[in-house]
Amino acid sequence: MTMAGTTPRRRVSLGGALPALTGLGTLIAFFAIMEVLIRSGGLNRFIVPPPSEIIASFPRIIVEEQVLSRFVMTLTECLTAGVMLTIVGVSGGVLMQRFKLLQQACETWVAALASAPVVLCYPLFLVIFGRNAWTIIMMGFVSGLPPVILKTLEGISGTRKVLVNVGRSFNLTPTQQFWKILFPAALPTIFVGIRLGLIFALINVVGVEFLINFGGLGQLINELAERYDLSGTYAAICFVVLVSVLFFMVLEKAERWLTRAE
Amino acid sequence: MTAPSPKPANADILVVDDVVVRFDTPDGPVTAVDHVSFGVRPGEFLSVIGPSGCGKSTLFNVIGGLLGHTSGVVSVCGETINSPHQSIGMVFQEESTFPWRSVTDNVAFPLELIGMPKAQRIERARHFIALVGLDGFENRYPNELSGGMRQRVSLARTLASEPKILLMDEPFAALDEQTRLLLGDKVLQIQQQLKQTTLLITHNITEAVQMSDRILVMTYRPGKVKRIVDIDLPRPRTSEIVGSEAFGRYVAQIWADLREEASRGMRDEEEHALHQTGAAS
Repeated sequence: MTMAGTTPRRRVSLGGALPALTGLGTLIAFFAIMEVLIRSGGLNRFIVPPPSEIIASFPRIIVEEQVLSRFVMTLTECLTAGVMLTIVGVSGGVLMQRFKLLQQACETWVAALASAPVVLCYPLFLVIFGRNAWTIIMMGFVSGLPPVILKTLEGISGTRKVLVNVGRSFNLTPTQQFWKILFPAALPTIFVGIRLGLIFALINVVGVEFLINFGGLGQLINELAERYDLSGTYAAICFVVLVSVLFFMVLEKAERWLTRAE
Repeated sequence: MTAPSPKPANADILVVDDVVVRFDTPDGPVTAVDHVSFGVRPGEFLSVIGPSGCGKSTLFNVIGGLLGHTSGVVSVCGETINSPHQSIGMVFQEESTFPWRSVTDNVAFPLELIGMPKAQRIERARHFIALVGLDGFENRYPNELSGGMRQRVSLARTLASEPKILLMDEPFAALDEQTRLLLGDKVLQIQQQLKQTTLLITHNITEAVQMSDRILVMTYRPGKVKRIVDIDLPRPRTSEIVGSEAFGRYVAQIWADLREEASRGMRDEEEHALHQTGAAS
């Protein structure tokens, strides 16, 4: 009994780890190829430093450049922008779905904003909010807002008619219809919007930190680049990737928990 | 066989009296349901059968209160209805379980709406889950169930609201023939057990004869009552009855009525397609 029960489970766990192991292997192979290419002169080491040098510079930028506090700052800015764009974006999408006039009036503008290079507006934000974290947060917020609004609108409008009719057949009030049917039905699509919004927010937060030379990892990358500390610059970029990974791990957990039945 | 009943009787729990449904289309007004009258007796199983495009689903939506009618009256227990009514429970043709809720939570949905305490509603939901034969699947989600099982969840959810009239619109249309027959058995068993007044909209003759006390045959567009047929087959019935001689006779009778209407529908569609092709060229 025990043997019969154990063998398949072991197979499943190995099978489950295989994609992650393959991913890690690919990454290691990529770094190894880069290392060989740079050391053999195939790639210019003054443009791309060898991965081994980047790894070696980690302790230095952690101790000397306070990378951890900068990491926390960038993460906090992203989270603040993320919370804001989720609340405002979802509410905006719901309002646009509820009021057709608002949808007809604004949908095109919001879609246009989604593809606009909002980062170019940073001088305006600097004038409004000053050279502080709020400029960065607001830039992240504004750039990430359109996909959340549009996907919320799409999710709610795309709820299957039969589910709406089930609600109607049970005599649901409009509020019940929204919270018990429309919103949960739209949740997977809304999460796609939030995911996109967070990507845009993260890019803009780090970009604006870099541009205005203020805040967390973006500023550090700017400073290290100015000093031509290439291995340090790339090491700092690795921390930006880490922020992104952490961000999406949390989001994935939340999404799985909220839409566990989909 | 009986002639179409022009006016429903007073004892009927559901009365559809002279109902007309007309739609405005770019090609002018179209009458989908034309002066339809019938009644459903308490505990009766009545099927409405007709070819595609005869207004069956329109009638389903009108009785369920999801669609307004141009004229006439629909009443339940003497009360005229113009919007969804708590006495009518609807089971839809399309898959309509909530994918974000477990089987228990799906079935407990109407009980949650009336504010029943959680423990009580779970117990009640389990009763209806068992009734449709889904014991052991209480904590599963719809994506873990087959199409037939999901339709049973929808049925249990509607039954949990304890409607006076169960209104079903081709609930097994998307299922294979074997599952459809077996689910028909299950519905019959539940209907007998609960003495549930049931109105089934279908285009499947076998299904209608297998389950019904009476069958209302509708004409092709505009949908009118062509005939009401009493099905005098012994109860309790199961799908085994489909092999009997009497069953075959009823199927043949209804098909004779329907064939003419279905042919008319087919001709109409062909003419429409030709007209469209002509207009396009």
